[in-house]
Amino acid sequence: MFEHLIGPFVEFSFMRRAFVGCLALSLSAAPVGVFLMLRRMSLTGDAMAHAILPGAAVGYLIAGLSLFAMTLGGIVAGLTVALLSGLVTRATVLREDASLAAFYLLSLAAGVLIVSLRGSNVDLLHVLFGTVLALDDPALFLLSGIASVTLLTLAVVYRALVLECFDPGFLRTVSRISPFVHFIFLTLVVLNLVAGFHALGTLLAVGMMILPAVTARFWASGIAGLMAIAVLVAVSASLLGLLLSYHAGLPSGPAIILTAGGFYLLSLSIGPVGSFAAQRRPTRHLEA
Amino acid sequence: MFISSGKKGVMGLRIALAVTLLSLATVAWAAEPVRAVASFSILGDLVCEVGGERVTLSTLVGPDGDAHVYQPTPADARSVAQADIMFINGLGFEGWIERLVQAADFKGTLVTASEGVKPLELAEEADNHDDDHNDHGEIDPHAWQDPTNVKRYVANIVAGLSAVDPAGSAIYQANADRYGAQLDALDTEARAAFAAVPEAQRKVITSHDAFGYFASAYGVKFLAPVGFSTEAEASAADVAALIREIRANDIGAVFVENISDPRLLEQISRETQAVVGGTLYSDALSGSDGPAATYLDLFSHNLRLLTGALAP
Repeated sequence: MFEHLIGPFVEFSFMRRAFVGCLALSLSAAPVGVFLMLRRMSLTGDAMAHAILPGAAVGYLIAGLSLFAMTLGGIVAGLTVALLSGLVTRATVLREDASLAAFYLLSLAAGVLIVSLRGSNVDLLHVLFGTVLALDDPALFLLSGIASVTLLTLAVVYRALVLECFDPGFLRTVSRISPFVHFIFLTLVVLNLVAGFHALGTLLAVGMMILPAVTARFWASGIAGLMAIAVLVAVSASLLGLLLSYHAGLPSGPAIILTAGGFYLLSLSIGPVGSFAAQRRPTRHLEA
Repeated sequence: MFISSGKKGVMGLRIALAVTLLSLATVAWAAEPVRAVASFSILGDLVCEVGGERVTLSTLVGPDGDAHVYQPTPADARSVAQADIMFINGLGFEGWIERLVQAADFKGTLVTASEGVKPLELAEEADNHDDDHNDHGEIDPHAWQDPTNVKRYVANIVAGLSAVDPAGSAIYQANADRYGAQLDALDTEARAAFAAVPEAQRKVITSHDAFGYFASAYGVKFLAPVGFSTEAEASAADVAALIREIRANDIGAVFVENISDPRLLEQISRETQAVVGGTLYSDALSGSDGPAATYLDLFSHNLRLLTGALAP
């Protein structure tokens, strides 16, 4: 048993690297996911993941598989879409979800166009699906760097962010920082998606953000509890997913995300807070 | 697909007319170059060598492109529709070719360049137990990795071009003879170079298992981290198995190919202290300023890298 759980990590450094990368990603993406979920922006994560594609593609076309160029390109593209859709929301009649959808579709189409213009598209497919088994030192530094920045920033804007989640109207009346908090938060989302796409690819990176958060929803109701459980779920899914990939010969990225998905389905049915089981349990009425 | 069914009849008529004109007025057409299409860059290079100035060539999958996952564009369909002759590798390499021929309503001569080559089965150890739905079946299509097979390709190209353009037949044959001599020289050089390496040391890792014919021609053993197709994503089990294999067999060189994820190979090389030997070209030529701009360059580039890394 011990041999099966620890053995792969002792024998192979690529397994250790993969786990360290996932650990960094879990620590930062899962809490960001909790706030996305609480602000009813779960699908925004998905839209942003598509939005960073053309930036990463341009970075790749200019500098090849360069970590720096692709990271920079992804961040620039993601922030541009976030800023533009924010601007349109404030200046026109269009709501945020609609303008974000419009811009991410433009961005996605531009990404596909850039990919196709270049004859060789296979390298880029590898890029889009990422590979957690091939994390090198710079990639690990990037992942842990982004995790540190994310956690520090979350600590600084925590109160404002919580207010923005539960009572945005109040925050707007007492302070003018609301738009800034919103944009800082979107920046964190973009940063974590870019980190995630080095490990899991642009498409699956969102999984590490949203699935642990929605799983945690069935186990805790306070924000601190939600974040702690989300991180725990993300770390366990990474560990189990990697072991599954090792023992059953499955591709690692999908194995990790599907493990997180398994936790979600399990929690959905038996979690103590608001799950199927919890809803059916007879609740005690208040007695006079 | 690209031409609506209503236009199809008109197009067919037009091509039939063109073919009739062609057969009636061979003398007048001899000045016109033969319009040829080659399915991928390596084959295109061979057609160029044989056809010379008598042929205008367009190549569907260009340098550094991957013919395994290629999607034809309407422009490709147009050049196919207008072509007098089309060259494909065959052996299931171009899974998309049938649809393209039908969609473009191609009425010219279709030449399968690999015809007459003795096909090799896919090596068993390359099987990475996934259910990868590629179009290859069990036959390895990468026959051009053995220059002896390429001589057969060239003969087929000569036959095809001579059928479409009988006036140029002698020129095609002369070009083919000249090129054949270069292929022979390359083959001799490769045999001599590998003879200098002890057989136990002729073991190499590449990211794409496309060197079956090369392996059988020169007695080199190629192992691959991902299975046969470039579409498969490696699992941790595959990578772990490969690392164990490198350690157990004491393999000294890992080669990054031009169409697979180099980061994964670097990781393996870090883990095993094997040398990353550079880029082997397998399915596509490099750009014109790259190290493998023609088939001859491609082969000698690969040969130099392999013997350089394996030399004791």
